[in-house]
Amino acid sequence: MAKYILRRLSFLALTLILTSLLVFAVTQFVPGDVARIVLGREAGEEALEAFREKFGLNDPLPVQYLRWLGNFVTGDWGESISTRSDIYPIVMERLRNSLQLAAITLIISVPLATLLGVIAGLNENRLADNLISVASLSVVGLPEFVTGLILIEVFSRRLNLLPANSSVRQGTPFMDALPMLILPAITATLVLLAYIARLTRAGVVEELKKPYVRTAVLKGLPYRTVIVKHVLRNALLPTITIIAISFGWLISGLIVIENVFNYPGLGRLLVFAIDRRDLPLMQAVTMVTVLGFALANLAADLLYAYLNPRIRLD
Amino acid sequence: MKWNGRCIISESNNTLLSIRSLTIAYQHGNEWLEAVRDFSLDIGHGETVGLVGESGSGKSTVALAIMRYLGQGGRVVAGEVWLNGRNLLALSPTQMRHIWGRQLSMVPQDPLSSLNPSIRVGEQLAEALRHHMGMGQTTAAQRAVELLEMVRVPDPERVARSYPHQISGGMQQRVMIAMALGTEPQMLVLDEPTTNLDVTTQAAVLDLFRELIQRQNTAVLYVTHNLGVVARICNRVTVLYAGEQVEDAPTADLFRQPLHPYSQGLLDSVPQLGQHKSQASLQGISGHIPALGERPSGCVFAPRCTLAVDECYEKRPSWESLPNGRFVRCHRWAEIASGDISTRHPAQASTPPKPQPQSQPPLLTLDNVQVHFGLGRSLADTLARKPPAKVRAVDGISLTMQQGETIGLVGESGSGKTTLARAIIGLEPRTNGQMTFCQIPLPPTLSERTLETLRHLQYVFQNPEEALNPYLTIGETLRRPFITLLGYNRQQADTAVRHLLQQVKLPPHYADRLPHQLSGGEKQRIAIARAFATNPDLLIADEAVSALDVSVQAAILNLLAELQTERQNALLFISHDLAVVGYLADRIAVMYVGKLMELTETAVLLEPPYHPYTEALLSAVPITNPEVSQEHIRLEGDVPSQTNVPSGCPFHPRCPRYLGDICANQTPPWQTTRQGKQIFCHIPVDELQQIQKPVLREHHASEAHNG
Ligand code: SF4
Ligand code: SF4
Repeated sequence: MAKYILRRLSFLALTLILTSLLVFAVTQFVPGDVARIVLGREAGEEALEAFREKFGLNDPLPVQYLRWLGNFVTGDWGESISTRSDIYPIVMERLRNSLQLAAITLIISVPLATLLGVIAGLNENRLADNLISVASLSVVGLPEFVTGLILIEVFSRRLNLLPANSSVRQGTPFMDALPMLILPAITATLVLLAYIARLTRAGVVEELKKPYVRTAVLKGLPYRTVIVKHVLRNALLPTITIIAISFGWLISGLIVIENVFNYPGLGRLLVFAIDRRDLPLMQAVTMVTVLGFALANLAADLLYAYLNPRIRLD
Repeated sequence: MKWNGRCIISESNNTLLSIRSLTIAYQHGNEWLEAVRDFSLDIGHGETVGLVGESGSGKSTVALAIMRYLGQGGRVVAGEVWLNGRNLLALSPTQMRHIWGRQLSMVPQDPLSSLNPSIRVGEQLAEALRHHMGMGQTTAAQRAVELLEMVRVPDPERVARSYPHQISGGMQQRVMIAMALGTEPQMLVLDEPTTNLDVTTQAAVLDLFRELIQRQNTAVLYVTHNLGVVARICNRVTVLYAGEQVEDAPTADLFRQPLHPYSQGLLDSVPQLGQHKSQASLQGISGHIPALGERPSGCVFAPRCTLAVDECYEKRPSWESLPNGRFVRCHRWAEIASGDISTRHPAQASTPPKPQPQSQPPLLTLDNVQVHFGLGRSLADTLARKPPAKVRAVDGISLTMQQGETIGLVGESGSGKTTLARAIIGLEPRTNGQMTFCQIPLPPTLSERTLETLRHLQYVFQNPEEALNPYLTIGETLRRPFITLLGYNRQQADTAVRHLLQQVKLPPHYADRLPHQLSGGEKQRIAIARAFATNPDLLIADEAVSALDVSVQAAILNLLAELQTERQNALLFISHDLAVVGYLADRIAVMYVGKLMELTETAVLLEPPYHPYTEALLSAVPITNPEVSQEHIRLEGDVPSQTNVPSGCPFHPRCPRYLGDICANQTPPWQTTRQGKQIFCHIPVDELQQIQKPVLREHHASEAHNG
């Protein structure tokens, strides 16, 4: 197991170094001159040069990269070019929001999707399975902004139960923000549901065919024991990985949902940064999301290994 | 082994399991095809009945139907399965849950996949005890360890705490046995439980079965394709062919006088230990088992039966009950019983090539050949400064082969026999040592060898798929060696291909077929044809018949012997099956974890002295000849891993004749016996001669061999 963890950790480090290189390289090739974009068309050559000098844009690339990386690691993420404020607190605030939304979404979607997947898998090709498949597939087919708008229409306009606008202000305590999180979380759940449920179903169907299930049944164990103790233990292993991948998507990929609900998450921050060609902000957001994604995967791998003696004890 | 020829006729009140006219169908598209038809069988308390058949006979289907676990594609169309006066087929799954484990258990073929990978072995045993025997947590856990002890698992406490993948195949199967017997069922169904085990492990597991079954007075249905195993463990045998029960008899009677042509063919297909190609060719059975939808309507065996008459194609024979407790399904059984007709032809010996005397220059020499692999070293290992693990697959083999000679290389899994074959062929570069072929040094890899060498050194593997490109017709595959290695033009090659097909007994139109249109045996014929295309001096056959059913295997063995007679080539025949090796080979080399243990002329294989490992091997091989009794020598434990080869004599941890420190620390010397056997052992050959008895002994001088 120690060997396994070490290997995973070295993979993580490698991933992060590669991404940082990539993030850095990509921003170098963004068309247009950053100085001119920031200072506007009328800026004179002298002002541009001063700007470049100040932000180190004239140094050789490796120097720029190392400086950027060093600053990043020490928490000095620089100043946003467009808003002229410190990047670190902005990104952290948004990260906190995104994590909150992700957590709520996972709390709703994982048990539900797993349950549906298990029910479908145990009833392969029977009515329950078909119903679940049809229902979850038809929901996943709807674009997020459609489901989001429908939810707003029903739950806030008609029933007036939940707020339609989720623009959580900075520093709002979690319990106060909670009502605003529910509708976006449900919207994200509807996207994830079919995905996780189908994978869970596939896992259950596959495990049920394995000879060890026959052994358990032919021992005369009660059906519940066979399923819960023998089948699910193995069938739910792949689901863990899927949840980790979903987590990555939840912290960075919710651009549409965040827009519909006006929610201040990382996704919208990234769009904002791209819009303004705010390179330092873009780099910071990307690095944070990649880091989150990689950590989620690491956690999933470790959990998977821990629960799977074939890896744990190798 | 003592032969138990007593015929046990179950009284009706002693009958535990009674199967009546069981018919089972499988769904194929929209159709239901009968897989097993009209199967009937009674098993009494404490009786062990063998259910024998080749692949596709439906034997496992019967086993699963008895267990009420056919799966979605299968259905019992008609019949009853009575256990203890209750018809299992009429029970609901909930009712079956009281029968499973408590009255009826099963041990399946593949123990690893039959154990839950993520639950500890002890708990997998204990849960059934808690459920059925009303034991508490601690009692059940203790009992689980006792059960492991009962099935002779060394260090049962540790094994109970292990996960299935951490223990060896033999241990896994013992765990399955402990699991099946732990709840003390009255009826046990064993579905090929030893098929994936090495022969020495199989022998020990079979002993265990016999002992436990007797102790608990359990009734057993033993499903297998292996007649030798049946002979060792069963009171009675039922023979299944293409879903049809063809014969049922007390074991000894069936082996002595099979009444159904298929039973005769099956028995004659398996070479006996000590039977050699120069005495008689194997009888075998021509053709192959029909597919599910293509079974003939009359006698299912008619297309392959040499005794078939018109009636056989028209009318299905009935299940005749004979006075001596036997049953048979054949129109002509009476004529067969009286000896008027038989499938057995007078023995036809092949005249194998005479190997060149040792004084002639050798064809192939191996001098201290080693093949070691380094296992990949992970970053963590490197950081921990662990040396890379070494796999010593082949660890110093020296051997000389003459022109026209057949050497049989026998070994269990992990003996390195396949790696050695691949090193000679050039697929696995050797780490050390020298080889010559036709007195020219043989480079380690294929790419360094000349076309001439490639032509003369050909090979056949276990899996013919490896040799056949699925997108090329047979003709195209066979044409290639003629064009690339012999420089024929297209027309010459076509003529040669036709000739070749004829030699491997396939009709010429097979040239236009694709591999998937051929049966397993036919594919292996093509692989052999391809190897013989260039008229090689040496053919290497690695487990070339192991994947085939015995009736097909016999035909392939005959083919190899015949082609060799014609082409006078040398043959290096590699197999785990000592009887098969003994049938073909002039000399036998016995391998164990990368080293040779013994090198002997086949003619004196059965005469002592033996290397202690050979002795154990001979004692473990299941034999089908009821007139022969076998010495009882069993090995502890399993074949060691090639990454951890024991010091001194590699056999010492398991050797029943272990001398002490000398065996553990010093490499044994090669000794030569009076008959010319070479033995790698510390015990002086004269002493071996004194302490060893012949492993096989015939009771009666007559009827030495079948056929
Ligand atoms: S019934 Fe005819 S074809 Fe069938 S086994 Fe008997 S003799 Fe052969
Ligand atoms: S050398 Fe010793 S351990 Fe090896 S086979 Fe001979 S007696 Fe057994």
